[in-house]
Parts: sequence; C-alpha cells; structure tokens
Amino acid sequence: MPALWRSTFVLVMVLLAISRPSLASEDTGNGTENTITTLPIVIWKWEEIHFPYLVALWVLVSWLCKLGEFHICTSVEAVIPESGLLICIGWVLGGIIYGADKVQTFRLQPFTFFFYLLPQIVLDAGYSMPNKLFFGNLGAILVYAVIGTCWNAATLGLALWGCWLGGAMGNIDTGLLQLLLFGSLIAAVDPVAVIAVFEEVHVNEVLYILVFGESLLNDGVTVVLFNVFDAFVSLGGAQIDAVEIIKGIISFFVVAVGGSLVGVVFALLISLLTRCTKNIQIIEPGFIFVLGYLSYLTAEMLSLSAILSCTFCGVCCQKYINANMDERSVSTVRSTMKVFANGSETIIFVFLGISAIDPSIWVWNTAFILLTLLFIFVFRFIGVFLLTWILNQYRLVPLDFIDQLVMGYGGLRGAVAYGLVLLLDENKYKEKKLMISTTLIVVYFTVMLQGITMKPLVTWLKVKRAAVSERTLAEKIQNRTFDHMLVAIEDISGQIGDNYMRDKWNNFEEKWLYWLLMTPIARKSCDPIFNIFHKLNIKDATSYVKEGERRGSLAFVRNESKADVDFNKKFGADFSEMMPYIMTENMGPDHVPVSSILRDSVPSVCLDMHEQDLKMRESEDFDAHHLLQQHLYKGRKQHRHRYSRKHLEVNKDEHEVQEIFQRTMRSRLESFKSAKMGVAPPKKISKHLKKDQPQKVREAYTFSSFPLFSEGDSASGCEAAGGSFPMRAYRGAGIVNPAFMAEMDTMDPMPPMQQIPSWLAEAEVDSSNMVPSQRAQLTLPWTPSNLRRLAPLCLSTHSNDSFLLYMVSDCPFVTTPPQPFM
Amino acid sequence: MGSTNSTLSKIPNVEELMQETGFTPAHIVRLYDRFEALDKEKTGHLRPQDFGAINRLAMNPIGDRIIGAFFSPGQETVDFHSFVRILAHFRPADKKRPKDPSMPEPVNSRTSKLKFAFQLYDQDKDGKISRAELLQVLRSMLEMQVTEEQLESIADRTIQEADLDKDDAISFEEFRKSLEKVNIDHKMSIRFLR
Repeated sequence: MPALWRSTFVLVMVLLAISRPSLASEDTGNGTENTITTLPIVIWKWEEIHFPYLVALWVLVSWLCKLGEFHICTSVEAVIPESGLLICIGWVLGGIIYGADKVQTFRLQPFTFFFYLLPQIVLDAGYSMPNKLFFGNLGAILVYAVIGTCWNAATLGLALWGCWLGGAMGNIDTGLLQLLLFGSLIAAVDPVAVIAVFEEVHVNEVLYILVFGESLLNDGVTVVLFNVFDAFVSLGGAQIDAVEIIKGIISFFVVAVGGSLVGVVFALLISLLTRCTKNIQIIEPGFIFVLGYLSYLTAEMLSLSAILSCTFCGVCCQKYINANMDERSVSTVRSTMKVFANGSETIIFVFLGISAIDPSIWVWNTAFILLTLLFIFVFRFIGVFLLTWILNQYRLVPLDFIDQLVMGYGGLRGAVAYGLVLLLDENKYKEKKLMISTTLIVVYFTVMLQGITMKPLVTWLKVKRAAVSERTLAEKIQNRTFDHMLVAIEDISGQIGDNYMRDKWNNFEEKWLYWLLMTPIARKSCDPIFNIFHKLNIKDATSYVKEGERRGSLAFVRNESKADVDFNKKFGADFSEMMPYIMTENMGPDHVPVSSILRDSVPSVCLDMHEQDLKMRESEDFDAHHLLQQHLYKGRKQHRHRYSRKHLEVNKDEHEVQEIFQRTMRSRLESFKSAKMGVAPPKKISKHLKKDQPQKVREAYTFSSFPLFSEGDSASGCEAAGGSFPMRAYRGAGIVNPAFMAEMDTMDPMPPMQQIPSWLAEAEVDSSNMVPSQRAQLTLPWTPSNLRRLAPLCLSTHSNDSFLLYMVSDCPFVTTPPQPFM
Repeated sequence: MGSTNSTLSKIPNVEELMQETGFTPAHIVRLYDRFEALDKEKTGHLRPQDFGAINRLAMNPIGDRIIGAFFSPGQETVDFHSFVRILAHFRPADKKRPKDPSMPEPVNSRTSKLKFAFQLYDQDKDGKISRAELLQVLRSMLEMQVTEEQLESIADRTIQEADLDKDDAISFEEFRKSLEKVNIDHKMSIRFLR
C-alpha cells in the first residue's frame, strides 16, 4: 500500500508539474515558432498533446484512487461508503493541486459531466434494470418521481423564500423564482449517489427499485422545472401569467414523454440492428454504446429529457439484444458497461471532492445552508410518508414503515445537482456562488453522512423489528411454507402474474415484437424453460468433460457397473428401470446444438453422490437451525439482492428455481408413472432432445431428459425420456414457447400427490382435449411396434441400430446399462 | 372490467357464495375472469392440468401440494365455487366481525387458515402430521444439498419441539400451539385486487 500511495503522489506531482507549463504556455500564446538551425532529435511536444494527456492522466489518477480506497476500505471496515472515500481522496488531491498552483485548475465542468461522464452511468442503469420489477412498480415509481420531486422542489423553494422574507438569511439578492429554481435543482434524488450507497446496504428489491427508479425518472421533472424557472427568471416576475404556467405544465409532458419516446425509438433501432449483425460479431457490442449515447445526445439536442431517453433505451432494448447477440457479445457488453459506468462514477466523485477545494466559489451563509439541509431532510420524509400512505391503498404489497424510513433517508443528492447549479448564469443569479456552496455541502452531507449511517440504521431497525426470541424450528419451517403458499396462491388467483395489461402486452410482444426484433434462433430460446434446459445441458457437458479429464480419459464412462451401483443405491431399483428413451427431435433448419442423453452413465452423478457421502460422514456437528437458515428455498418475495454496480453476478436464484422445477417435474412424472400401473415409464416431454446413439461419438454432451437432470440432483438424471414427439407444437407464429408446458399438461396431468391416480388414468384416456396427433404418438411409444414407427423420424445421421435393439427386446426398459450404446 | 352485473348473473348461487366467503361482487367477478382464463377448454371445471399450465407454480416447492388442496378427496375437478372457497381462506380477516358462536366459523378466520395449512402437511387426512409426512414437506423445501440424515434430524427435532403428547406426530392442536406467536393473519393473507 505504501507503494501505491507513493505512485499516486508521484502522479499528482507530475500532474502539477505539467499543469504549470501548460498554463504558462497558454499565456505566452503559441507563437513559439522557432526557426530550427539543426535537426532536433527529440522535441518536447507538450503544447500539442496536453489536452488528451491530461484527460488520460486524470482518469488514471481517479481510478488509482479507487484502488487506494479499496485498501483503506478493508482496513476501516467499510464504514464509509466508497463514494464518500472517493470524495475524501478528491479533497486531498484538490488540496495538493491548490497548494501547488494557488488556483484550482481542475474542476468538474458541467459540460464534461453531462456529456462525457453521465451518459454511460444512465445507460448502464437502464441496461441492467430488472424490467419486471421496474414495470411492475412503475406506477409507484412515477408517483414518487413526479409528484415527490415537485413536492420537494415546491416546499423547499417556498420554505426558503419564507425564511428569506423573514430575514433569517441576511441580505442576499434573490427572489422567489430563484429560490424555486434552486429548490428544483436540489430536490432531485440522484441516481449516481443512490447506486453508490444502496449498493452496499442491500435492501429488499422492491425498495431498491422504488428509490432507484425514482432517481432515474425524476430527471424528467428536474429538467422541466429547471428550464421553466430559468425562463421565468429571464422573463421577469411580471410576465408570468396563466399562459406561461400552462405552457410550463405542457412542457413537462412534452419533455418527459418525448424523452422516453426518443429512448424507445433508439431501442428499436438497436434491436433491429443486432438482428442483422450476425456476421460482424466483433463490433456488435459497440453498436449498443454508440446508439445509446446517440439517444442521449438526440434528446439533449431536442431539449427533451436526456436521462429518460437513455434509461428507456437501455430498458427497452435489453431483452432483445440479449437474445439476439451471441453470448460472448452479451458478456462483452455487460462488462464494458460496468467498466464505463463504474469508471465514470469514480471520476465524478473524485472531482466532486477536488472541486470543493477552491476558495473562489465559497460563499458562506450559515442560515441558508443549514436551513436548506434541514428542509431537504424534513420535506423528503414528509413527502415519502404522505405518498406512501396514498399508494398503500392501491398496492398489493404495502410498504411498511421501515421501508418508508429507508426510502426517505435514501433521498440522496449528488452530482447532477452540482452540474445543474454550475450551469446557472451568473448575471441572472447573483447568488450563484452561494448556491454552489450550498449544493456542495448538501451533496457531501447526503453522500457521506447519510451514506455512512444508512447501513447501521437499516441493521438496527431490522434487528429491532425481528423477533426477540429465537423461533422454534416449527415456526421457521412454517413461516417459509407460508411464504411459498402465498406465492402459489397469488399465482393461482392471478393477483400478480396475470393481469390484463400484462397479458395484452405479452401477447403483443410475442406476436409482433419478437418477429420483428429478434432473430429466429433467438425467438426459440425465449422460452424460459428451454433456457434452463440449455443451461443445464451446458453445465452437464462441462462437468462431464471435467470428470473425463480428471479420470484420464473418457474410458471411465464405460465403467457401467459403477454407475449402476450408485444409481440403485440412491434411487432404488425402479428408477434404474426407467432408462430413458431418447427420442430425438430435429429442430428444423435452425439446428440448436442441444445435447443428447446419456442415460446410463452420468459420471457426474456418481461423483456427486460419493462426495455427498463423504461429507455426511465428516460432519459431526449438526445444527438444525443453521441448516434451515442456509438451505430453505427462498420464496419469491425474498430473493437475494442481485443488482450490483460492482459485480457481474450470475443469478443464483436460477439455480434454486431450476432445482425446484426439476423436482416438481420429477415428482409429477413419478406419480404419473406409478399411476399408470407402475409399468410405463414416465413420459418425459423433452423438447429438444437429440438422439445420440453412438456414444462413441463423444460430443461431450451429456444429457438427460429435461428437466430431470440437474447438477446437484444428478442422480435423477436418467429418468425415462419418454416419447417426445417428432413434431413440436408451436404456439403462435413460429414462436416456441410454453408450448412445452401445454404439452406437459395435455399429456401429463399433475399428480400433486401420489394417491390420486384416478383422474390421472382418466386424463390419459381422454384424448379429446389433447392435441390429437402428438397425443397419439405420446401414448404409443411403449410398445416395440410404436417405437419402430418413431425411429425413422429421428433425423440423426447415426445409425438406428441400438434403437432397433431396444425395440426388439421385450420390455421397454432396460435393467442393465445398454451395451449397444457404448 | 366489463359489466359486473352481467358476469355475476352467469354464476349460479352467487349470493350464497359471497355470503359464505365474504368476497365483494367485484372480487368475485375478477376471480371468475381468472377461472375462465385458466379453464381453457371452457368446461366450467378446472382439472389439475389447468393448474399445471401456470408456469410459475412449477417453480414453487409446494406448488403441487397447493394444487392438490383445491381438489377435495375423490374429486377430480374444481368448480368455481370450490375455487373461490379455497381462495377465500386467504382473505385478510375481518376485524370487525362480532364473535357469534352460533354462526359457523368464517372461512378466513385464524383457525380456518391454520386448518388449511395443516392439511397441506397431512396428506392422508388422519388428523396428524406424521414424521414421514413432515419429511416429505421438508425434503421439498430444502435444497438438494441437504442429505437424508440431516433431513431426518431436522424432522426429529421439529417433532420433538412441537409434540406435546409424545405420540411422535403433530396433531392440529399441537400445530396451532406451536404457531401461536406467529401472526397468521398477516402471513396467510393476500390482498385481493378489485
């Protein structure tokens, strides 16, 4: 660490040394055209390149600060949020520069801020926005953003005006309009600050999205209010009449809606573009950034809300571009966005610190500053409580008191306010310097103080609220059961998932947008179930290969006895009977490289089980409470915090969902099977199974009938794959979809419990409501003759011999691992 | 939302239903719309497949049990009345209900809710949650990493804590007692949209 500080210090010194001559040379003008008398070997070209050099150097220094701050963080126990530390470092640097130069040569210029530093943060926010959550809570977010910000601005302006009239502030040259303007620019919650602080606090996702969404969307209001009041100040108080006010209100709608529309248009452009860029995948990611930036600039050019435009661009296009682009491009985009956004944020905070060390801007008026701070705080809380009270009448899940408290406390102001205040014209606003100072103080207060105390506050409140006594096991289990129960009932009764608008939107989207904006391949993979399937395949493939390498060769796969034994051990004899039947299915021209099924030997299966056994024996200590804590599935309401500026996280919830999903499918099939006289293997509807006879051809794809296969739940892997039908049912225009689920239903009624076979049997027979052709095929495969019929439909180029072998043998299941497959 | 009255008239015995469950006409209409949306073949009854079509339920560890709870033993279909009756369990309790011992217990009272929850565990309907039944539920709610032994230990401890008469099973009374500190009304209610 000392080395780090040394290097930073050296850099700063270099910076100073450089800045001196740069100033000097600017003074003397650039008329230094020396006539050369001899060939110069090396020339000092500072004047020519000083601008980009300084920019690069500053970026480097800021990012080094982040590194240094990380070191501090770990030792200071992360009490101060990262942004606060960056500001402190900025102070130090500012102090150094000021001390050397006697004038603050570097400061955050509004143009730089608004055009070079802010867009990428907003774009990243939009792109990684959890859409479902966002649109689900959009009403609440808009209420807070629009009404809340207007309330904040109005109350702050009026209160300050009242105090000014009352003489509390002494003699400052300002008026109602100016104070209202000041109120409007300081009232807005800042997205940069919110991200920076909430990142570390980990609140529940609804709360996060409300504050975060509010901070993004209130830009529409802020821009309008700023421009309106600025215009009013220019017009002078006398000119303001009803017409102007009405114009102001209209301009709000135009600016906000217009900005959003610009964003949506650009999102469409991006999606269309990615649809066609199959062949230039190398620079595919670049388009996102360029078009995102253009959306920002276009909105700015039309004097619409640029932040809204950029946000909606990111929000609307994420789904389509993630589907269209290659996986590598997607991860490139994600990483690069994070780099830019994080980098910008760092630079912003460092410069916020540096800009403060500049006596020329400081005008101190105690009353003004203190009153501002007080009013911001108080009015924010009042606003939040009022609005939440109103909203709770209409919300499905009311916001409780702690959440409101955190939301009120989380109203952080940041760099956007500072940027806006710098834009004020000094001639119109005599007290500009006062406003700048106040803004800076407010920003520091909110970011640092509120940032520091946010986490302890939340922890303290939660701890206070949580039950004092240790709950019994029964209570814990039951609580979780209740959560799951509620989620299930909500789904069944359609209270959340199935409302009219969302349905309509989904239909519209499937019908038109997918067709327009997504490549055909992408369309297919839109089905979430297929995605899970696909990911599982990949996981299995990799674990399979790893295992093979570990064991030295792929020959271990042929060791059936091992596989068999473990299988039986874990699952009992009847499972091993249900050796999966894999019917392959060709996906049509767009050949999806889905894995095939290895029914007998799934090496990862064996391994995992061994490991598990070992673990079991080793663990002496058993703590039921701890286990429950760790391993109970979280209900939908409790999902883990997953939105992060700093980490590219793999969504761990998916793993949980996959597990649950597989288990559910497995149990349904089991009981189905047991209902069917215990003979027929479960009909596994596997959508995208490819028959892969020749295990000789090691494509290293292991697969089992979806979705019985799971990394953890590996042993279940070899369920019977049942008849998939050669023709997949498509729902809608070429969109592969929960047709899967529909088929599941038609062919495999849900046996919630194993004891209700009667309706199962009936449903089986009742073919009238099933899609007839598939149905027929589905019921058939369990006799050799039918198998024969299905076999030719397999379009695999490999021989069908093994299948024929199967078909010849009497029972459809094998009890020994199929030799022919080796 | 369509005309409430016309939809209401389509439902037989709607007055009785509202009386029994406490739903308002607006709620009933909304639930009816949902019922029809689920009932794709328009048979007027729901079968397990129809519930199965709700994708999200497959991602719920006890989704299948909940589906089963809709079907009375022996029944293979659910008509609208039963559908609403089950959902009525989840209505927030009416605070102002006078305690009238002569009236039957309302569907959304604390006891009824607890009974519903109890039945989720007690599949064989013998009035007790046996160790095996508890194991089943635990297995479904815990991640795969938890081994059988650990599972059994948890189940044993749970029964130990809750079982007062030492019969190695949890009766309804014991169940209720173990949850007396839990705010059942809060944990088992959803706000039905109008």
